[in-house]
Amino acid sequence: MYIELENITKRFGLFAAIEDVSVGIQEGKLTALLGPSGSGKTTILRVLAGLETQDEGSIYIDGECVDGVPAGKRNIGFVFQNYALFRYMTVYDNVAFGLKVKKRPKAEIKKTVMDMIELVGLSGTEKRYPNQLSGGQRQRVAFARALASDPKILLLDEPFAAIDAKVRAELRGWLKDMIARVGITSIFVTHDQDEAIEVADEIIVTNSGHVDQVGTPQEIYLHPETPFVAKFIGENISVENADLLKAFSVPQGTDEVLVRPEAVYVGSEPAHPNDPVFSGEVTDVSFRGNSIQLKLRYGDQELISFLHDTSCDLTAGDAVDFSVSNVFACKDGNVEVLTA
Amino acid sequence: MSAAQDIRKTNPEVEITSSEDIAKAKRKKQRDPIKVVLIVLGIVYVALLLVLPLIYVLVQAFGQGISAFTAAITEPYALDAIRLTLLAGLVSVLLNTIFGLFAAWCITKFKFHGRRVLMTLIDLPMSVSPVIVGLIYILTYGRTSPIYGVEQALGIQIIFAVPAIILVTVFVTFPFVSRELIPVMLGQGTDEEEAAALMGAKFFTIFRRVTLPHIKWALLYGIVLCAARALGEFGAVSVVSGNLRGITLTMPLYIETLYNEYQYSAAFAVSSLLVVFAIIILFIRSYVEYRGGKETENDQNAEITKKRRGRRKKERQEPQTVAAEDSPPPTSTPATASATTAKE
Amino acid sequence: MSNQKASTRSHARANRVIPGFGISFGITVTLLCIIVLIPLGFLIWSTLNLTFEDFIKTITSSRALASYAVSLSCALIATLINAVMGTVLAWVLVRYSFPGKRILDGLIELPFALPTAIAGLSLTALTVDTGWVGSIFANWGIDIAYTRIGIIIALTFVGFPFVVRSVQPVLEKIDYQTEEASEMLGAGRIRTFFSLLLPEIRPALLAGAGLSFARCLGEYGSVIFIAGNTPFQTEITPLLIMSQLQEYDYAEATALALVLLIVSFVVLFAMNAVQTRASRKTQG
Repeated sequence: MYIELENITKRFGLFAAIEDVSVGIQEGKLTALLGPSGSGKTTILRVLAGLETQDEGSIYIDGECVDGVPAGKRNIGFVFQNYALFRYMTVYDNVAFGLKVKKRPKAEIKKTVMDMIELVGLSGTEKRYPNQLSGGQRQRVAFARALASDPKILLLDEPFAAIDAKVRAELRGWLKDMIARVGITSIFVTHDQDEAIEVADEIIVTNSGHVDQVGTPQEIYLHPETPFVAKFIGENISVENADLLKAFSVPQGTDEVLVRPEAVYVGSEPAHPNDPVFSGEVTDVSFRGNSIQLKLRYGDQELISFLHDTSCDLTAGDAVDFSVSNVFACKDGNVEVLTA
Repeated sequence: MSAAQDIRKTNPEVEITSSEDIAKAKRKKQRDPIKVVLIVLGIVYVALLLVLPLIYVLVQAFGQGISAFTAAITEPYALDAIRLTLLAGLVSVLLNTIFGLFAAWCITKFKFHGRRVLMTLIDLPMSVSPVIVGLIYILTYGRTSPIYGVEQALGIQIIFAVPAIILVTVFVTFPFVSRELIPVMLGQGTDEEEAAALMGAKFFTIFRRVTLPHIKWALLYGIVLCAARALGEFGAVSVVSGNLRGITLTMPLYIETLYNEYQYSAAFAVSSLLVVFAIIILFIRSYVEYRGGKETENDQNAEITKKRRGRRKKERQEPQTVAAEDSPPPTSTPATASATTAKE
Repeated sequence: MSNQKASTRSHARANRVIPGFGISFGITVTLLCIIVLIPLGFLIWSTLNLTFEDFIKTITSSRALASYAVSLSCALIATLINAVMGTVLAWVLVRYSFPGKRILDGLIELPFALPTAIAGLSLTALTVDTGWVGSIFANWGIDIAYTRIGIIIALTFVGFPFVVRSVQPVLEKIDYQTEEASEMLGAGRIRTFFSLLLPEIRPALLAGAGLSFARCLGEYGSVIFIAGNTPFQTEITPLLIMSQLQEYDYAEATALALVLLIVSFVVLFAMNAVQTRASRKTQG
């Protein structure tokens, strides 16, 4: 592993923000630290950057222990949540700052800065101040500034939080593409599961100071290892109906059974040959643009399903057949994916 | 075309579109009499309480003619007083600026135990009566103090001499610079400094390149206020001065002496110098507030003012998504602030 | 216990990201000690040299008691005047636009910029019975200079900016819409002020008034000229301390100074408590 965190604990007063966290991060990958607010993801990032010092444990980067190394000497690029651009410096001076501090020759600084500004597609804005830029442009400046001194690792704290929804989608793609082009090991913090799944190569899910699961987006989404991950990722409905439970032969002593909308398939033919088929009733139909959300009732059980064929003419009250392909059974802190 | 639209088209007065507009129009109509009364009351009050004394000083200063005025302020004792006042002012400004910068840095950029206590202690001199300031310095350096022996051994005199005048002036103006800096620096947060430190910048570089541009107007105003109070301090200086004409009389003390000797026009002539200085200070303050306000506006980018809109057009920038989207959510500062409170 | 230690250590270490903690903390504390704390310590030390009986006798002498009464009553009245007029001016400056507004706004700070001794001198000369203002009031048999009215005027001058400057920003932040909402619900304007605006500005008003009061209690320079300094009549506590100092009666001066200092600190402390409570209320 390129970056290793070993048994890291960080307390603020008596509150442990992260406790005994051990995790490894691969070189050249874009990794997401995903979790709800207060789960310790930002603390992990700040400890790694050297902005906070861990109370216990060690951090290794490229095989070297960096515990005593101050933040400024770890050779890490950091994009702050609100970008922390220097408001009284131009775009050029912002990007050049790290190089000037390192006393690089003037010509080299100029070339690197112009290259970086071109790379992030902001040529022509060198003389502007941060407040003359849009949110998306500011993020690009922050990105260029973090990369200008050629760091080994790039850390991004909620890189899309300060940007509105429309620009955000566009920037996600841009950032993923950019990091791939630069080929730098990157870690970003997010509380948005869609963002993590869409952008990251690898996801670390944090929950109240611990790491719950590490894996690719597919692994995290399809095979959650803890009830927390199962509930945090994707949409879930708790299953209580006895027929459904029986169909999947849910074992005794299971704490909770969850079903995802995409596991519920509406149609008289099941999605997979072995999937159990039930007859239910449509209680609500709502149009979602690229899909239709159906609310179904089976006995006392509410279910949700999405239809991707938006030309469907179901209305509330119609009787429908549906099949369920899998459920998550949570037991003793573990999750098992059950198929019929 | 609907009837309502028709009416609106033909009768522009009905173009009240929202309840907000109605309320505004209503308020405007209703407010008028009270508005006039309050404005007149405010202006008359300020004119009588603040402006009249100012004018009186100037009238009295020049009442005996320009030559009398010039004679009064070029008298050797007057010049000595001016020199001493400027010296005390200069030392206070220098020392308190250095103190203010370091204190504000320490308090706003770091979290540590006892931070609140430190803030309270720094503001302490504000609530100590000038007479008591003089008294405590007499108790510290005067005959009754253990330090007095050291002074004698070294052959220096502090009380009833220039050093005490400077010291009490420093005391009464002690928090003036830090008080102006701390709120501005707290509002600014620590993100930019952290970013700079992360890139390997040293203390002085961070301060000069990143922090100073944010605080320059507040710093200037703090310095100006500090200077104003330092030049005008009366009570504390009066206690420790010893009133030796030409040696330990500052301008305010010299003015008092002249007044007690019934040399009214000379007293007011010297006063007028400080009055002019006070007016200059008010101008600087207004300017600083204007500049500071403008820059905060730029910082927050909450609204593009009309002036800037014009400039933007000239620069023909691409369409921008500004306003709400760009204003950074102020999550970090309150969170850290409350964390500190909780810890303390 | 061990947790406590761990957190303290982590603080010190976490602080290192931004440089300059050691030097700034060191300079701050050193200067604070030299300029403020050590001299204040000498005041306490000197008080300890007094016997308790002497101390009580000094601070409860009839002249001292009379000076407290003059100081407190005049400071209180001046503060009340400033609270009312300060709110009026803050309101006028925030809500109305009229020619000369910038100048009016700039003038508010005059008492900070003008040496108080000069203000006192000028106010005295204006209000003696031959002065511009004094002569008008003399016709009705009212004396201003050398009476408590004079002291109140001087203190009003000195404490004037505090209330305006603390209320102004709060008024600026209040949304027009809450007032409009209140009006739409049928509340009259006076009612809107007392039930809506006053609660909003109350913490700031109290803070400003507290600062003004503390300043008035300790004020010396502007009062000395206008007060006339007749013991039992127009002698404020700082003046009494001063006259004892001029007689080299340090023990008595020290005792009275301690009383004055404690009262100022209590005012300041109470004000902080009010503000903390208010901010807790609004922040939830």
